[in-house]
Amino acid sequence: MPEQLLWSAEVFLNGLMAGVLYALVALGFVLIYKASGIFNFAQGVMALFAAMTLYGIMNGLVPFAHLINAVFGTEIHYFGWNVPALAAILLTVGVMIGFSYLVQRFIFRYLVGQEPIILFMATIGLAYFLEGVGDLMWGSDIKTLEVGLPQGINETIDQVTFDAFGYGFFIDNLDIVASCVAAVLVMALVIFAQYTKQGRAMRAVADDHQAALSVGVSLNFIWILVWSLAGFVALVAGIMWGAKSGVQFSLSLIALKALPVLMLGGFTSIPGAIVGGLIIGVGEKLFEFLIGQPYLGGATENWFAYMLALIFLLFRPQGLFGEKIIERV
Amino acid sequence: MLYREAGDFSTTYPQDSQTFPIRFDRYRYYAVLFIAICVIPFVINDYWVNSIFMPFLIYSIAAIGLNILVGYCGQVSLGTGGFMAVGAYACYKLMTSFPEVSMFIHVILAGGITAAVGVLFGLPSLRIKGFYLAVATLAAQFFLVWMFNKVSWFYNYSASGQINAPERDTFGILITGPNTEAWATYLFCLIFTIASAVIARNLTRGAMGRQWMAIRDMDIAAEIIGVNPLKAKLTAFAVSSFFVGVSGALFFAVYLGAVEVGEVFGITKSFLVLFMIIIGGLGSIFGCFAGAAFLVLLPVALKVVGADMLGWPTDIVAHLNLVIVGGLIVIFLIAEPHGLAQLWRVTKEKLRLWPFPH
Repeated sequence: MPEQLLWSAEVFLNGLMAGVLYALVALGFVLIYKASGIFNFAQGVMALFAAMTLYGIMNGLVPFAHLINAVFGTEIHYFGWNVPALAAILLTVGVMIGFSYLVQRFIFRYLVGQEPIILFMATIGLAYFLEGVGDLMWGSDIKTLEVGLPQGINETIDQVTFDAFGYGFFIDNLDIVASCVAAVLVMALVIFAQYTKQGRAMRAVADDHQAALSVGVSLNFIWILVWSLAGFVALVAGIMWGAKSGVQFSLSLIALKALPVLMLGGFTSIPGAIVGGLIIGVGEKLFEFLIGQPYLGGATENWFAYMLALIFLLFRPQGLFGEKIIERV
Repeated sequence: MLYREAGDFSTTYPQDSQTFPIRFDRYRYYAVLFIAICVIPFVINDYWVNSIFMPFLIYSIAAIGLNILVGYCGQVSLGTGGFMAVGAYACYKLMTSFPEVSMFIHVILAGGITAAVGVLFGLPSLRIKGFYLAVATLAAQFFLVWMFNKVSWFYNYSASGQINAPERDTFGILITGPNTEAWATYLFCLIFTIASAVIARNLTRGAMGRQWMAIRDMDIAAEIIGVNPLKAKLTAFAVSSFFVGVSGALFFAVYLGAVEVGEVFGITKSFLVLFMIIIGGLGSIFGCFAGAAFLVLLPVALKVVGADMLGWPTDIVAHLNLVIVGGLIVIFLIAEPHGLAQLWRVTKEKLRLWPFPH
């Protein structure tokens, strides 16, 4: 096979892996949007916050240490213990559930029935708030998250492809793990939504708020549940991104990429989020490799996803799998 | 007691439809203008200009521009930073290509160029609506910033990739560059701010503004009663981008003097201006000023209180700033979705009846 084609194939595979991570973030958006009609801009910051919290708990950091030290002139930094990864993850899930309760109790309970754009703005405010709280709690330095995920080049794939084509593909172990985790997560979510009582209630709320309310589904509970689920998805995404490129502010910006993913897939569709993620991941990597690097001076990954989504939307405004938009006066 | 329309008779139509129909309001407006033009330039120094007045004036223009698009026409845009960058770079290219032309003309031309770019990125709004459009404008934001970073023609092939404002004057008074006087730059920005506010106020209550508001309230219904959505949406994008471009040009040339596009005109700038109009009030010109003042003063106040008086490290103060801004936005949306402008309106209603509210 010609070299160019082989390289493209490698880029394609890596794009798929990156797309899985986009899809993970996008999944959180879809969950909340379907159940409450809130377009949750804070999803990316939630991933950042979850990853920071996990890091903080694992390394026994004292929350708000920096602030406390500044106010009281003390010198506290560490509790002096290390929590094992699994326990820390469970604790972080607990924190995210608590966060969901607070968000529901203190923000969105008062905004029920507001226009979608007001809700959207509220989540932008929430994003800023959470980012500030996260930085105050755990410090804003770049943290390396190590929860024991394998990293580095996958030797087997390298060897097999080298034997087959005379050129070894570089695929990161972490990406493979991420894909598997994402697949398991999606399966779990689908099973949860299909076969459990809470899952059914969740789907009922997504279908019709008032009808769900009239048969005795507690909207408040479902919204807390959905935010908690989104928080959990954010934690998973945060762990993956955090292990890949360190826990830092740019993580919340990478999560912005989930937006074009959603536009491609449609805001209301879980399969759409995944397919959209894969298309964006592959598309931007291939575009960068084939056109961006040689002709445009590189770094086209910054905008390609948005442009692709923009052009796509011109032809199909509701996305690939979104519900048809019907407008009435 | 002073704030009454009683005894204030309109005898002509222009009197009846003026911006400030109540006499007290009108005098207050003249007083503010008088202080801004005739008092402040004489008492001002570099610190006040650079940390408070200039950002306030320039952000006000940007907020007016964005408010026309979001507040009056209902088209949510997250691309303000990108359009400000267009204004800045257009101004830079004009300044370096035609050094003898007055800065006034450069800034206005930069606004015009931004308007053209805005119309281009506004075209998708004819098919894409709501959130989808908001995300589509992100394409403009990221693409424009990338373009100004990569195409070296825009920054005249300078090695650093930055643009630096050369010394330019208007009517013989230096406006840009390191050797400017505080009052000159202040007045230069003030003229643009006042002009923008007056133009925007009059556009939004004229035929064009009503078309925008019809589109905002329900676009299909507006189309049925005869509003041309193509014309209404694209004029909103053009006018909005013009103001945003002017503010970008001023921000670069007069305020900062040197710009690295990714840092100054990034996505955070888009959000900052969006917050200004949310906190200030969507669909209100006064709200633009209130929001801009609030978000310019808040970090300065926090810095004075936190870093200078209490001696906290600056990074903590910066994080607290984020927490407070985010929290305030949420509180505002819960308590008063129409922002400071609505509070102001309510206050004025109360004032009219004070001290006998029944």
